[in-house]
Amino acid sequence: MDREGGAGMKNIVEIKNLTKNYFNKRALDSLNLNIQEGKVVGILGPNGSGKTTLIKILTGLLRQSKGEVFIDGHNIGVHTKSVVSYLPDRNFLYNWMNIEDACDFYKDFYSDFDEKKFEELLDFMKLEKNMKVTSLSKGMHEKLNLSLVLSRNAKLYILDEPIAGVDPVARDQILDAIINNYNEKSSMIITTHLVRDMENIFDDVVFLKDGEIILQGNAESLREQKGKQIDDLYKEIFSV
Amino acid sequence: MYYMINTLGQQVNGGENMDFNDNLPIYIQIMNLIKGKIVSGEIGKGDKLPSVREFSKKLKVNPNTVQRTYQELEREGLVFTQRGMGTFVTEDKEVIKKFKKGMATNIVNNFLIEMKKLGFTPSEIMDIISEWIEKEERE
Repeated sequence: MDREGGAGMKNIVEIKNLTKNYFNKRALDSLNLNIQEGKVVGILGPNGSGKTTLIKILTGLLRQSKGEVFIDGHNIGVHTKSVVSYLPDRNFLYNWMNIEDACDFYKDFYSDFDEKKFEELLDFMKLEKNMKVTSLSKGMHEKLNLSLVLSRNAKLYILDEPIAGVDPVARDQILDAIINNYNEKSSMIITTHLVRDMENIFDDVVFLKDGEIILQGNAESLREQKGKQIDDLYKEIFSV
Repeated sequence: MYYMINTLGQQVNGGENMDFNDNLPIYIQIMNLIKGKIVSGEIGKGDKLPSVREFSKKLKVNPNTVQRTYQELEREGLVFTQRGMGTFVTEDKEVIKKFKKGMATNIVNNFLIEMKKLGFTPSEIMDIISEWIEKEERE
């Protein structure tokens, strides 16, 4: 808490000159990005643009080749893992589990897991504790995973493609849950290629192409400057 | 209050997903929506606006965007904030009247620009308008 102070917003994430090479392939090239407390940031780009590599570095699953990454003022490690709540783009629960087991699993793993919040979210998502993980549809799976992730009192939520492949009703519930969970003390990073559906919940957007940030800024300022919605901007940038 | 949140929400929501399709920042589109409701009297003077959180949920937009909308409306004098109570529509009839007039001016301006593009002269435009008004009154 060394940099606490008045109205000054502090950065939850600071990325300086981040580069990642896989052998001779460059996956991320000199990324610079700060994310302030209380901001929802959309990382936008097609498959292969480097979104997943970036997220894997932030969550400690991969190490950078060059550059620095700080979350909550710390290098990636034990502390940052304890303050980051991560929704992977694939299922992370065991098949033998029912929702109650998944809840216990999270409770054991994360001291910041708020069971009451989880129960409220389950209720909102219309899921029952006795449902088996294997009996859930794709949309229900996503809703359960998101409920678990949002029930942690984290400083940074990282949601990787939270609405990919879900039906419109589930999509709306997911968006609602994300907006409900918003608070001024934490930040969110959301990757998506479904820009139209999600752009209105972003404070800032980052366009990632071939491992480089080719455009970043406040979503409203970009709309004002470019005279178009973020989705149209996305199509313009990535259709060439 | 709930009624108002719903009517405010429906216009943008249409029950489905939000539809902020103009090429304008979202906060300006929400401002225009609220201004329209205030000027038309659908939201009365002194009425409370939905809370930022509630409204952002309804519109499915970032709470900071709704916050900005309210700040800008306050800057323009259409609403005021009461600490701990919420955001309210101004009690000042004159301010609302002024806004109504400003919005009318915009509509008339755009209309005239379009009509002139089509090659109508001012007197032809006058004729078309009075014809329409007469027709409307007869119905």
